[in-house]
Amino acid sequence: MEIGLTHYLVLSTILFAIGLVGVMRRKNLLLLFFATEILLNAVNVAFAAISHYYGDMTGQMFAFFVIAIAASEVAVGLGLLIVWYKRHGSIDLDALATMKG
Amino acid sequence: METYLYIALFAPLVGSLFSALFTATPKKLFTGIVGSLLIFTSLVSSTILLMYILKGGEPVHVTMMTWMATGDLYIPFGFVVDQISVTMMMVVTLVSTVVHIYSIGYMDHDKGFNRFFAWLSAFVFSMMILVMSDNYAGLFIGWEGVGLCSWGLIGFWYHKESATWAASEAFIMNRIADLGMLIGLFLVYWNTGTLQYDGAFAAFHTLDISTLTWIGIFLFIGAMGKSAQFPLHTWLADAMEGPTPVSALIHAATMVTAGVYLVIRSHELYSLIPHVGLFIASLGAFVALFAASMALVNRDMKRIIAYSTLSQLGYMFVAAGLGAYWVALFHLMAHAFFKAALFLGAGNVMHAMDDELDPFKMGGLRKKMKWTWIMMGLASLALSGIFPFAGFFSKDAILEAAFVGNHTALHVMEHHYIIYAVLLFTAGLTAFYSFRLVALIFHGEERFKLFGFHPHEAAKIMLLAIAPLVILAIIAGAFQTTFFEMVQEALNAVEYHVHSQIVVWIMTIGTQVFAISMIIFAYVKYNNSRVSVPDGTSRLENSFIYKLLFNQYYIPHFYAEYIVKPYREISEIFWTKVDLKIVDATVDGIAGIIYGTGEKTRQMQSGNLSTMLTWMVAGLVGLLSLAVVFGLTARYSDEILLFLSALGV
Repeated sequence: MEIGLTHYLVLSTILFAIGLVGVMRRKNLLLLFFATEILLNAVNVAFAAISHYYGDMTGQMFAFFVIAIAASEVAVGLGLLIVWYKRHGSIDLDALATMKG
Repeated sequence: METYLYIALFAPLVGSLFSALFTATPKKLFTGIVGSLLIFTSLVSSTILLMYILKGGEPVHVTMMTWMATGDLYIPFGFVVDQISVTMMMVVTLVSTVVHIYSIGYMDHDKGFNRFFAWLSAFVFSMMILVMSDNYAGLFIGWEGVGLCSWGLIGFWYHKESATWAASEAFIMNRIADLGMLIGLFLVYWNTGTLQYDGAFAAFHTLDISTLTWIGIFLFIGAMGKSAQFPLHTWLADAMEGPTPVSALIHAATMVTAGVYLVIRSHELYSLIPHVGLFIASLGAFVALFAASMALVNRDMKRIIAYSTLSQLGYMFVAAGLGAYWVALFHLMAHAFFKAALFLGAGNVMHAMDDELDPFKMGGLRKKMKWTWIMMGLASLALSGIFPFAGFFSKDAILEAAFVGNHTALHVMEHHYIIYAVLLFTAGLTAFYSFRLVALIFHGEERFKLFGFHPHEAAKIMLLAIAPLVILAIIAGAFQTTFFEMVQEALNAVEYHVHSQIVVWIMTIGTQVFAISMIIFAYVKYNNSRVSVPDGTSRLENSFIYKLLFNQYYIPHFYAEYIVKPYREISEIFWTKVDLKIVDATVDGIAGIIYGTGEKTRQMQSGNLSTMLTWMVAGLVGLLSLAVVFGLTARYSDEILLFLSALGV
């Protein structure tokens, strides 16, 4: 059986769904970052696959951008996370409710 | 000449806006002075225009700018200075200059000094638009403008309940009449296709008589409101709540004569429909007598003069209705002078008597207020139509017009003896009530001492301001010929000549003797020591006629009982049943739904990142599903339509 576009897209969808569930269910801020990474990389897989399918390099270029931005996002995010942990001693999402209206 | 026209028109506006800048600040004397100077500028320009017209100059006609141009409708801001409007401009600017200067003295201690001048100058501007416009639309703007300013000035002392009530009454009465006027204007436009005077007048000749009758009636309804003719007259007497200079300018000399001006201006219409003219004349004669009778027994100085104004407006409408337009305009002018003088004199008396209005509480004031006495006496003589004062010439001309009848419209002699008799009788009543007032205020015992008043003569500026009016009230009659020659062409004027010379003499001397004997009667009755403040016990005061007249024929009572009260009750029902239960309930219901939804959904905003992310995902899924559904619908729309049509939708 040849691995085709469909397989990649199915893989991407499954990864995206796992990421979404992670985003919704996880209470640990660090794991939330992991879930975000899964989401982004699910999209990257789809980009690369579709790009290859059409023979257009734009999609793969875009995937690189996403990787770069994801890296910087994690850098900033982890920085903030550490500051938060130092201040409050916890990275539990339910404790993170200073925006409550 | 156009420059003078614009100066005459806009100087009062500048004055008004200038004073309006200071309405929120304490009294500033210069607002009064600047206002008066600007009105005086307007007077000078009007005088120059009058000289130009008198020398036989062509009417000045300018179109300042287009106001409305849609389809066939074209209404410009156009102004015309012809023989008719220049007369009105002179009257308006002259009386308002005098009143402005007088007000500097009269309103001296008033907190609303600056506001007063803003309103007063705004009134003059509106009045100038009213008389100078070259089309009915412009006239209507001025018409509403003077109504607004009148409202603002009657209710000038807005902290007084009665003043605000009177202001609203005047405004509402005028709205009723203005509806008629608007219908008249619509009819003019509908039938002639224009609101310009010259275009409309030319087109009137081609219309059939019933259309013209309707136009004439509806325009006259507007005039009835503004000129306070029966049955819309009650507001004028109540309007006396305003400051006295306002009564002099607006409710005696200028605004209330706007109705007469409208009829005179539309004379080409009314000379085509003499039957409507006859109705106007009859109503005028009725109002002349009706108002004069109410003035006989009233115990409020300003109201007496207000009823006298009403009565004189009746005279003007008689002249205008009978086609003697120039006589109406002449009486309008003469009346403006002596009536404004009378009112301002009354203002002096009020100042002296701490705003006391009951002449029975005065008496013997002539020693304290010599100049006011002289001026009011002269003005009253003019009002009574005694030779050689202005009132003699103008009133005599009206009587002759009524006696001789109308040549111009019907080309037949038609004597109106009934109208003549009514007017003659009213002239006697006028003489009586005028001098009843003078005798009560200035002669007899000094009754004011009983009430602890300390009267004093008015300020010099106030006396000096009245003087020009008094002089004009004395000499204006001399201009009759000049005036006649000026307006002859514009108004198709004819002199009214009774054919027999002897009849003329009998009429004139008879009228004079009648009026003078009434004056003497008034003096005999009220210039003696037996006069005291009525306390409701004398035989006269308990007679039916006295009660009828004193209560103004119970007409205000009737209006209050049978129009205002039912209207109030209906409003109450609409308020509690319709407004609260239906309209408000609907609006509140909608608001309640939105508010409730918000109340329920605000729990989403828990501040918990996890919950919010969940909601975000839910939103994303929702939007994606929508996109998919719409995308599919768009792609398979043909099939869906086919399917639906198969189902028979």
